Order: sequence, then C-alpha cells, then structure tokens
Amino acid sequence: MSSLLTLVAQRLALGILLLFAVSIVIFAGTQILPGDVAQSILGQSATPEALANLRRDLGLNDPAHIRYLNWLGGLLTGDLGTALSNGADIGKSIGRRLYNTLFLASVAAVVSVPLAILLGLLAVRYRNRWPDKLISAATLASISLPEFFIGYVLIYFVAVQLGWFPSVATVYDSMSFWQRLSAVALPAATLTLVVLAHMMRMTRAAILNVMQSAYIETAELKGLSGFDIIRKHAFPNAVAPIVNVVMLNLAYLVVGVVVVEVIFVYPGMGQYLVDHVAKRDVPVVQACGLIFAAFYIGLNLVADIVAIVSNPRLRHPK
Amino acid sequence: MADNLLDVRNLKMGATVYPPGEPPRDITIVDGVSFTLEKGRVLGLIGESGAGKSTIGLAAMGYGRGGVEITGGEVFVNGRDILKGGIGALRKLRGKEVCYVAQSAAAAFNPAHRLMDQVVEAALLHGTANRKQAEERAVALFAKLGLPDPEKIGRRYPHQVSGGQLQRVMTAMALCSEPDLIVFDEPTTALDVTTQIDVLAAIKDAIRDFGVAALYITHDLAVVAQVSDEIMVLRNGRQVEHGTTEQVIHRPREDYTKALVSVRSIVHEEKKPTPEPVLKVENITAAYSGTVRVLKNVSVEVHPGQTLAVVGESGSGKSTLARVITGLLPPIEGSVTFAGRELSRALAQRSKDDLRELQMIYQMADVAMNPRQTVGTIIGRPLEFYFGMRGKEKQRRIAELLEEIEMGDGFIDRYPAELSGGQKQRVCIARALAAKPSLIICDEVTSALDPLVADGILKLLLNLQRIENVAYLFITHDLATVKAIADSIAVMYRGEVVRYGSKSEVLKPPFDDYTDLLLSSVPEMELGWLEKAIAGRRMESAGY
Repeated sequence: MSSLLTLVAQRLALGILLLFAVSIVIFAGTQILPGDVAQSILGQSATPEALANLRRDLGLNDPAHIRYLNWLGGLLTGDLGTALSNGADIGKSIGRRLYNTLFLASVAAVVSVPLAILLGLLAVRYRNRWPDKLISAATLASISLPEFFIGYVLIYFVAVQLGWFPSVATVYDSMSFWQRLSAVALPAATLTLVVLAHMMRMTRAAILNVMQSAYIETAELKGLSGFDIIRKHAFPNAVAPIVNVVMLNLAYLVVGVVVVEVIFVYPGMGQYLVDHVAKRDVPVVQACGLIFAAFYIGLNLVADIVAIVSNPRLRHPK
Repeated sequence: MADNLLDVRNLKMGATVYPPGEPPRDITIVDGVSFTLEKGRVLGLIGESGAGKSTIGLAAMGYGRGGVEITGGEVFVNGRDILKGGIGALRKLRGKEVCYVAQSAAAAFNPAHRLMDQVVEAALLHGTANRKQAEERAVALFAKLGLPDPEKIGRRYPHQVSGGQLQRVMTAMALCSEPDLIVFDEPTTALDVTTQIDVLAAIKDAIRDFGVAALYITHDLAVVAQVSDEIMVLRNGRQVEHGTTEQVIHRPREDYTKALVSVRSIVHEEKKPTPEPVLKVENITAAYSGTVRVLKNVSVEVHPGQTLAVVGESGSGKSTLARVITGLLPPIEGSVTFAGRELSRALAQRSKDDLRELQMIYQMADVAMNPRQTVGTIIGRPLEFYFGMRGKEKQRRIAELLEEIEMGDGFIDRYPAELSGGQKQRVCIARALAAKPSLIICDEVTSALDPLVADGILKLLLNLQRIENVAYLFITHDLATVKAIADSIAVMYRGEVVRYGSKSEVLKPPFDDYTDLLLSSVPEMELGWLEKAIAGRRMESAGY
C-alpha cells in the first residue's frame, strides 16, 4: 500500500513542479508578445510623457524577474491581479466566466463520456458487423467536420428550423438550472460531437486489445455471454488507457472551447481570453493561461492516478 | 452407450488460412477422429504440436480457438449432440457440464479480479450453487488441492500467488461447478519439474476423488502415463493409436508410438576432462540493477570439444550466467577466462575474435532470426562479418553448412516463416557454426520443440561436436537432455552452483537434497511412477 501512496505523491509533486514551470513559460511568453498596454489604453494620440507615467504606474518598468516574482507572490496568495485595461479585479471577473465554462464543459462531459464508452463497448460487441461500422463512421464523420461548421449546422436546423433551443447561449444569474441547461444545449451538443469519436475509438481499441488475452477465453469457456465478457473481464483491464483519453478530452472541453463560445456568444473563459488578448491586457492573458494549464495538468494527473490505482499489482503488492 | 459421457464421432475440424500473396484456402486440422469416454475415466490425448490435441479437447466444449471451426462429425455430451443446439445451449454446457484447465494459468486468470470471484463465477452463473455454498466448496477444493491457507487464498489476486499454485486454483475453478468432464490442456507444461510433480499428484487425486472424467492433453508421454486410463496418440489431426495406458506404453502397435515411447534413447559416452579448459568461469557474482544477487560465487569450467550442462529451475540464474559469459551483463566480481586469456567484462571492449569464438543459440529460434532475411543471408552474415567472405566462396560455405545441419542447399532462398520449428533451430545452429567458434552457449535450445524433433537436434549437436571439436555450455531445465549429452554437469539453485562435476559423479548417489529432489521429480515412462515418487517424498519428510 505504501508504494502506491509513494507513486501518487510523486505524481502530485511532479504536477506542482510542472505548474511552476508553466507559470514561467507563460510569463516569458507574454513578455515577448508585441504591443504595449499603455499605448493601447491611451490610444495613438497619447503624449510620450503620459505613456511614461502610465507605464510607471502599471509597474511595467521593473525588471522582468521582479515582475514575475510579484505576480507569483500574488498568485500564491490568491490574487490574480487587476486587469490593465479596465482596472477590474481579475479574480472576480474570471470567477463568473470560469463557472460558465465549467458548466458547459460538465454538461458536455456528462453526455459524451458515458455515451462514448457505451458506443465503444457496443462496437466491440458487434465488431466488424454493421453496428460497429455505423458507430465508427458516424463518430469519425463528426470529428472530421470543423466545430464551427457543426455549430452552425445545429443552429440552422435545431434553433432556426425546429426552434427547440436558443441559437445564442445567453446566461444570466437569475436563470434556473433548467433554463441554463436549455441555453447551453447547442454548444454542449457541438462539443459532444467533437470529442465523442476520439474517446469511442480509444475505448474500442483498448478493449479489443484486451480481448486477445487468454483470460477472455477462460470466461468464454465458463459460458459467459458476449456482453458480460466485455463488461466483467475486458473493461476492468482497459480502464487505464480509456481514462487517459477521457481526461485528455475533458481538458479539451475546458481549454479548447474558444471557438464554440464565440459561435454561441457564450460568456465563458474563451471569450474573455480572446477579448483581452485583443486589448494587450497581459495580466488577464497570464491568469487565463495559468488556469487553463492548471486544468490540463490536474486532469492528466487524475488520469495517471486512476491508471495507477486501477492496476491490481500496485494496489495489492505481493 | 448410456454410460458414455462423451462420444465423439468422426470429428472434422478446419480453418481458413490467408497466406500472404495467395488466395485463402481451407486447411484440415482434425480429420475423422472418433472416441468415447465413460464417466470417471481419464483419456490422455498425446501428440506433437499441430497434432490437433488441444483442438479436439476444445471441441468437447463446442469451441474453436482462433477461427477453427467444426466442419463435420458429431460430439455427444451426456447423450446430447452439442453441435446442434446453437450458441445458447453451448453456453449452458460450458462451465457447467464441461470445464477447462488451461496451460498457462498465469495468463488464464483475469488480473483485475480476486481468485475467489473467478473460481465461483461459473457456479453462480449456471445457478448450481449460491455464493455461500460455492465459496465453501471452493475453500474445500483449495484444501484438497494442497494450497496453503485455503481459507484466505481466494482473497488474493492472480499475481500474488505462484505459478504452481495458480495451476491448482485453476483446477479448483474447474471442479467448483461440479462438472462431469474436465479438459486439461497441458496443465503442467509451463511448470518447473519439481512443481509439476506436486500439481500432477493433486490433479490425479482430485479426478479420482470427485469421480469426474477428464481429457488430459499433453505432449509428454511420461506425464500422461501417470494420470490416464487410456491414451490416444494423434498425429497431424489423425488418430494413430488408441488403447489402454498399459498397452500403449508397454506394447505400442504403431511405429510412430514406438518412436514416442523410445525417445531420448541417445547414449553418450562421457569424455575425460582435458588439462586446459576452453572456458573458465571463476567466482562470478552478478546482479541486475538492484541489490539482489542473481549469481553468487559461481565457478565452472568447460573443456574443448565437451559439453557442460547447466541445470536448474526458472530463476536459478542459468541464463544470467550465459549473459555474464557473453559480456551482456558485466559481473560485480569474478573473472571469465577464455583459452587462457581473461575476457573483458563488458561486450563493447571485447575484440572481434573474442566475439567470434563465443556463439549463442537461443530457445526461441523464430525470434532469433530476422523474418525478412533468407536462410542464406542469415547464415552468410557471420561469414562476411568475421571472415570477409564474398560471392562464390560465401555461397559454397553456406551450402556446406546447410549440408552439415542435414538440410541441403535447397533451403538457401527460404524465409524463416517457411521452415518448421526444428529446421529453424538447425539454421540457428548453422549460423553459430559459421563463425567457427570454440564454444557455443545453447540456452534451452530444445525446450520449445517436440520430443522427436528435439531428439534430432541433440543428435545433430553431438555429431557436430565430434566433427568440429566445439564445446557446448548447455543450459536446460530438462534432466533427460542432460543425461543424453553432458560430459560434466553443474546444478544451480537460487544463483549458486550446488553440485558440480563430471556426469557420472553428479548423477551418482549420495545426492544433496536439491539434486535429489530434482532427479526424483522427472517423470518416468513407467506406470505408478507418480505414486512411488510422492510416497518417497513423504517418507523422507517423515524422517526415514
């Protein structure tokens, strides 16, 4: 048991270390971006004195490592800083946006993950027969289409022609849970279609790989039916690769939603990030980048830990 | 007729193969086999690989492995033709009336579930018992099969118990749903010889005490003679001979059976050690990364033109010794001296001539050859590398070598996939000989081969030794092989040489405990050997 804890602790420590490394990369990256915040706040007609004053007030004249340490110190005490463009507290403005993004991602995940795994199991059960081919063809078609295309097709048919769901995913505080759900239905459906194929194909491949094992024959010779064999004997041994690809896709749902949020005018992290990149608002870009990185690393960490824990050799050493 | 539990009539099985570049064709794997088995009797199915014995065993469960199909004939179990009922009826039969014990229990258990859950699974599935009853029966079976701590062993996962124990758990799993027939598919082949004897005895007791019938599949006639009432000899999917065990062992009718019974009849005169050994291994201690010493203070000598057999079970360090000698694993202490000069510890520092003098032949001939090279290229490579041979000269030498391994130059353009197991091993021998070495390390070279083929390889090796005066360091777990070819023997146990000397000395009593155990565990082709061997052991442990 102790070796398991050691392994998990190692992964956690590595994750934290990685996050630090990422914070340096993000900071360095934003430093070499072209453009000047003071210029973009004051406009082209600003006098050189006004620009210099503003730069001094914003702390842009300090050496880079001092600014990095200030920023890092703020992060560690929970202060993401203030947006240069409008002086708002980044933590506060991100909070709402992040909630919206996570809500959308969760809805998409709750639908897509079980669906992908179920489709994967069905594809294995009926492998090389028509259900398998149909599932593969449909999911591969949906992954091949760009997400903006899927988004607009859904808007045209489901929102405009059928009128089932709104085409613009506007959300506000006083909405009930169900109203919210209805608002995000189309963006969530778009995301589901985008991530489904990858997870389903991986589930299928991982289980098919396990189906070659001798213990599958043992199960068959005990008289188990096809689906029971897959569920009881193949799936538990295919968990690690499946969880890995699921987590990768969950991370994509959080981090990669920029396009979908823009299409459906959804007030999430993606839109917020895009707006502030346009304004050269470095602290906001840094904060968003770091939050995205944290999700990415966190979810992959979970995948690693699940893979470790799902291995009986590590869970029950000799 | 009513007493016949299993009645197989004119069974035919086949598969469709898809050779690359050729149209698919149907091949016959089992051709017109018929037999009956009464309740509580044991029939041994014996033959070489490809004889169709496992295929016939699985046919009793209506199952074809890897695309094999039953193409004709009838299989009656308890008076029902199981081939007529469809897959639903077969599922009711499998795990309830007929159970299966696989060759490699380590692979046949699901690593994700506890042993108990897997042992009672079939009984619960078919409703022959509820969970509590099934677990009680399982515990009783664990005890019966001599498993340690029978109350608790079911809570373990497969990787937490040893191979021999897993094989017993698998037998318990088959017995748990109280079947009428169990198919044992080489249940002891993957085990060490000292473990095999205990598992064999446990299986035999269980079969007798529960009155279950069994099909016992193996390639080892000495093993099958211990457990079965009748023996059926198979070859290329046809039955060669079928009779009582006593008749087949003592009065075989067919030539093929006679050859099987008299296999390993090589007589080899032991040679006297020469004053100057070709290889001298002194006080070798070695470890893989980590602190566990795999070899402890090992010293042996090999004399020119002679054979040193290194015997031991898996994990005894015999292959590690080969790795140290060849330089693949630099030792922590000790030295390897070859023809009077000390060899560098690591492979990279050895001269080309040192490399040439020491060649290796491996257990798995098919993975030791590049599947995309022809036999000519494979054998020609050392000729180019060590002697710079080209063109006609090289071709002539390749033809000579092929002649030496009794294959002939018709094989030059063949690919490894087009050769049989024995031919592949012969090509590997020719490749080793091409370097004109003074010593060849043979690592379990006959273990993966059928007895008759292995016999041919051993005869060839002895013959080549006489002609080329090459020495062999022969690593094996098989004592019969050792007796056939060795001049001197080193017995290894847990990284140490426990007994070492000329063949006659090592095989002469009094023995140390381990050598005695090893020697007394080798099955002999004699009825009642198992009982005698087990009784001998009980006497010893009781202090007689």
